[in-house]
Formats: sequence, structure tokens, C-alpha cells
Amino acid sequence: MAHMRNKAESAGRATKVKTKHKELGLTREKLLDMYEKMLLPRMISERMWRMLRQGKLLFVVSSEGHEATGVGTAYALNMGSDYIVHYYRDLSVVLAAGMTVKDVMLQVFGKADDPSGGGRELPGLFCSSKLRLVSTSSPIAVQLPHAAGIALASKIKGEKIVTITYFGDGATSKGDFHEALNFAGIHKLPVIFVCENNKYAISVPQSKQMAIENVADRAPGYGFPGVVVDGNDVLEVYRAAKEAVERARNGLGPTLIEAKTYRYAPHTSNDDGVRYRTQEEIEEWKKKDPIEKFKQYLKEHGILSEALEKEIRAKLEQQIDEAVDFADKAPLPKPEDALTHVYAEPRR
Amino acid sequence: MAVKTVIEALREGLWEEMKRDERVIVLGEDIGIQGGVFRLTDGFVQEFGEERVIDTPLAESLIVGAAIGAAMNGLKPVAEIQFADFIYPAVDQIINEAAKIRYRSTSNYSCPIVVRAPYGGGIHGGLYHSQSLEALFSHIAGLKVVAPSTPYDAKGLIKAAVRDVDPVIFLEHKKTYRLIKGEVPEGDYVVPLGKADVKRQGKNITVVAYGLMLHYSLEAAEAVSRDGIDVEVVDLRTLRPLDKETLLSSVKKTGKVIIVHEDSKFGGFGAELSATIAEEAFDYLDGPIVRVTAPDVPAMPYSPPLEDYCMPSPEKIAGAIRQLAAY
Repeated sequence: MAHMRNKAESAGRATKVKTKHKELGLTREKLLDMYEKMLLPRMISERMWRMLRQGKLLFVVSSEGHEATGVGTAYALNMGSDYIVHYYRDLSVVLAAGMTVKDVMLQVFGKADDPSGGGRELPGLFCSSKLRLVSTSSPIAVQLPHAAGIALASKIKGEKIVTITYFGDGATSKGDFHEALNFAGIHKLPVIFVCENNKYAISVPQSKQMAIENVADRAPGYGFPGVVVDGNDVLEVYRAAKEAVERARNGLGPTLIEAKTYRYAPHTSNDDGVRYRTQEEIEEWKKKDPIEKFKQYLKEHGILSEALEKEIRAKLEQQIDEAVDFADKAPLPKPEDALTHVYAEPRR
Repeated sequence: MAVKTVIEALREGLWEEMKRDERVIVLGEDIGIQGGVFRLTDGFVQEFGEERVIDTPLAESLIVGAAIGAAMNGLKPVAEIQFADFIYPAVDQIINEAAKIRYRSTSNYSCPIVVRAPYGGGIHGGLYHSQSLEALFSHIAGLKVVAPSTPYDAKGLIKAAVRDVDPVIFLEHKKTYRLIKGEVPEGDYVVPLGKADVKRQGKNITVVAYGLMLHYSLEAAEAVSRDGIDVEVVDLRTLRPLDKETLLSSVKKTGKVIIVHEDSKFGGFGAELSATIAEEAFDYLDGPIVRVTAPDVPAMPYSPPLEDYCMPSPEKIAGAIRQLAAY
């Protein structure tokens, strides 16, 4: 009997799995776009590590492993009107938000025409007022109160705009995490807090950061829902994000989404990722790779073929080649450019 | 013209700005129904509503951090830190975020917030209700730092601060709130940021001050005038950007300068003024640059004899003036 029931259950799950994207209202085109948006930051990251080794880049912070979390959440937004408050492990988010590969390369090369800030910030910290991609910094969790404040302003102005903010598990230990979530809960602000829990704050494992299993369990303490989601399953991330965005847009307040994921690379190019993790653990997580997982799904549903996959990769490769070439040749900032934008330029 | 106190002038200025521009919001602890612990926002919540007058949890980093976010989304937030002494949890937000947003984004975003903070001693506030923090914030490029001393300036400067497009730390000396009275015009006027004001003309010695110390310096100047010492008193009003022109032209005229502040001496704002004067007006100096400040102790102690010992007073300033005059 037990065996029968299991079989029936798995059959049921299989049926459900088959229709997951339709249930979420995602067309073939959108699915392929999502796939591309996950693959692109992965390929860019791989290229950045190569360029680091070639001496072309001084610094890399990468987000390999985080792509489903980034794309699944960003895809639930109204791009260009909703505010995105990211942190340094969100290459997939900024690309999904509309930054071009050239924009990204100009930033990581620190070139004069870097639209994020003319080569001022470390690679990985992007910004565009046009895309409503909010300026961010290296300190941890400081952006959470900003997200609450942005959402507060939208609420005061009566605009149906939501704000999404991203942070790692490390950020949840900071006072700004508590202060922002508490305030957002009090005022039912239209904000979505996305914790990209990759289990380590640089080297410190979750067990030494908190005494609980799920960051999301803290949300009820702030008076709003917390959701745990498989951060390597882009469709499940998207489902959670869509619900959270709808809640926020309809005045029902914040949601804390905890996406369980993993970073394959070290924290940055100045870190050694296997001082505190085993290679075996990293390999285990690679078996649950978000891009591979989504590729399998798309293949199972006849949406992606090997040929199409190759075509997409070739297209992205070419985009990256062009962008690298462009950024490499682009002019560096003039040294004295360091003096501008301290205050608003006086009106003439 | 109506005679008002500093706090009445500040309240009027902020009230008028909220009337003028609906993007202006105020947020902080106890600023709603309580009207602020000093009553500066008394009546604001009744007039402007809870959406624009926000009683926050007791969380300084959030107060400033949310103000930064709201500013990046088009509002003009005025954050109140109940006492400057409690601003430290928000210093990360002020220095790492507010001061750097324009710079790091090459003006993709800016951060037009005002952080108001009552500061200063002489009110039996003890170590944690007496601190002067102007040196800390004046050090930071990207911030503007304002410290009014008179009711007229207070109203005009708070309006200028609210209208500014960059972050402003607005330091209000709490002892001046009700002690200092002066004429304040009805209606709209602005005192521009970055402009010092010569509050007393003189030819023998320049005394540079701001906040409560400006008034103590004027008293001292009056006292020594009986001995024939003619003192010029410069009220900086804005510490950053510093009005070097007014400062240096006064020093060049008198050839002797005393800097007064109630923050401790080492690395205080007076150090920057001294260096600026030494670098740019050395040839005009007829004596050493003198600083009258609190001693180098961590903060102003509570017990009256200890507090009095730490606070610069008109007498101490007059003593320094006489000494320098005789140099």
C-alpha cells in the first residue's frame, strides 16, 4: 500500500512539475529569456576569473551559484519602475534589471564611461538611476534601511511601486537587518527582503551566525511572512517572489524570502574558498546547479534543445567578447576626475 | 519684527518648509504627539499628519537609513536625532552612505537629507547629553555641517538646509534653544550655507566661534572692550563648506586669532581652522593661534564643578583675549 501511495504521489508530482511554468504564467519565450539571463552572468563570471588570472582585472566578486535566486526574483518585478537595492553578489539581478554586458564590463574595468560611477566603486557594485538600480556599497546590511525608506516614500507618494532588496545570510546578524525589517513591518511597507543564504559569511558558517535553521523564521517576529525557497530552482524562486511582489503592491506589506543557495567561488578574488569549506561540499552543491537544473526542466518540456542551447551560448559568448573588447579599449578616467561629484556642481 | 528664541525660529523655519514643499517629511523619536523632547516639532503631527511626521522606533541607524532611502526616491527627509550623543549608531549610514552616494554613483543618485541633532553642554546633561560632534562630521567630504547661533540665522539656515541637494548635518546648540532671543522676520528668507557672518566688528583680535560659543565670545568681547581691546567676532554658521574668505580676511585685518569651541581640543574643529589660517594667512599673523576649548577628556561630566571646569566661559575667553592682546 505504502509503495502504491508513493508511486501515486510521485506521479502526482510529476504532473505538477510538467505544468509548473504554465501555472506561473510563463511562456516559452519568457522561459528561454530567463535561461539566458541566468547563463549570461555565469559566463561573465567565468570570463572575469579568466581575466583576473591574465592580469586584466584587479578584483573579482562573483555570484556563480546565485543565478536562480537573482533571476527568479528580478523577473517578478516591473522593470524600470520598481526599485532594486542590490548587493555585491547580484550580477544576475543587475543584468536582469537591464544593465548591458558593456555596462558591466566598463564597471569591472573601472573605466571613465562606467555608467555605475565612472570607476569609483569596486567591481560588483552597480548603479543606474534610469533602471532604478539603487547605488550600493560594500558594508553589509546598510542597504536594508534604504530599501525601507524607498518603500516608505512610494507609500507616502501613493505610488504602486515596490522595492526589492538583496543581502546574504551574513547581513542578518547586523542591527540594520533588524531595524529595517521592524520598521517595514510596522508601516506595512511595499518591500521584499531577499536573503541569499549561501551558508557562509565569508568563512563563518550559518551555525556560528545564528541558532536557527531558517532566516525566514524571523519574519513573523516582525509581523509579516517569511518564506523558505530552494534558491537553485528559478521557478520556485519566481513563484515566491511573484506572491511577495503582489502582496507588497496590494498594500499587504513586506515579505522575507530566504533563498537557500551556494556560492561556488571564494568570497572574492582575495579569498581562499577552501580554507573553510571542503572541495567535496562545493562539488555536492554543483550537482544542484541552478542553471543545470533549469536546463533539464526546459529540455524535459521540449523548450530547449542541445542545438538551441549551443546557439544561445554562442550568442552570449559573442556579446561578452564584444563587451570585453569595448571596455578594454575604453578610456580610463582622468586622474583629476577623482575630484568631481563630491557635492552637486554649483549652478552657473 | 517679532523677537523669538532659537527653538521658535527653527520650528517656524521647518514648519514653513513643510508647508511650502510636500516632499518634506520629518522622522525621529518622540517627534509626533510628544512634539520632540525639546518640543521643536510641537503641533507638526496635527498639522501635517502621521505620514509626514513619523514617530520612529528607537533606532538611529534606521532613522537616517530610511531617510536616505526616502531621499533617493524623491522626498526631502529631515531626520531628528534626539541628542547628538546618540548619533553614533547612525554614523555608518551618515558617513558610509549619505556622504558617498553622490560620489560613488557620479550623481546617478543624490542624498538630500537633513540630520538635525541637538548638541552641546552647559545644561547639566552629563557625558551623554552634552557632546559636540562637529569635528567628526566636518571631516567628511560629501557632508555639509551647519551650526547656527542666533534665531535669525537658525530659521534661515534650516530652510537652506532643507532646500539643499546634498546631505546636511544640522547641529543645534541645545542651550541656545531658549536662552538666545533675537529678531526673526515673518515669512520666507534663506541664509545661504557656506557663508560666515561677522557678528561684531573689531580691529585688534579675531575670535572665531559658532553655536553657544558665539554668544560667550560676544560677551567676552564686550568685557575686554572696557580695557580698550577691540575684538572682531566671526560666526562661522556653516563649518563645511567653510567660508575661508570671511575667516581669512578677518584674520588678515587683525593679525591675531582665537578659536573657541566647547568640543575637546585634540583634533577638534579648531585644529582645521588653525591649519587653514597658518597655511593661508601666516604672513599676517602677529601672534600664535590660540584655541579655547574643553580639555581633552572623553565627554562633559555631570557634576556642576566638573562641568563648569570643562565648559569654555565668557571669562575664560576674555582671559585668552587679554593674554593674546598683550603678546
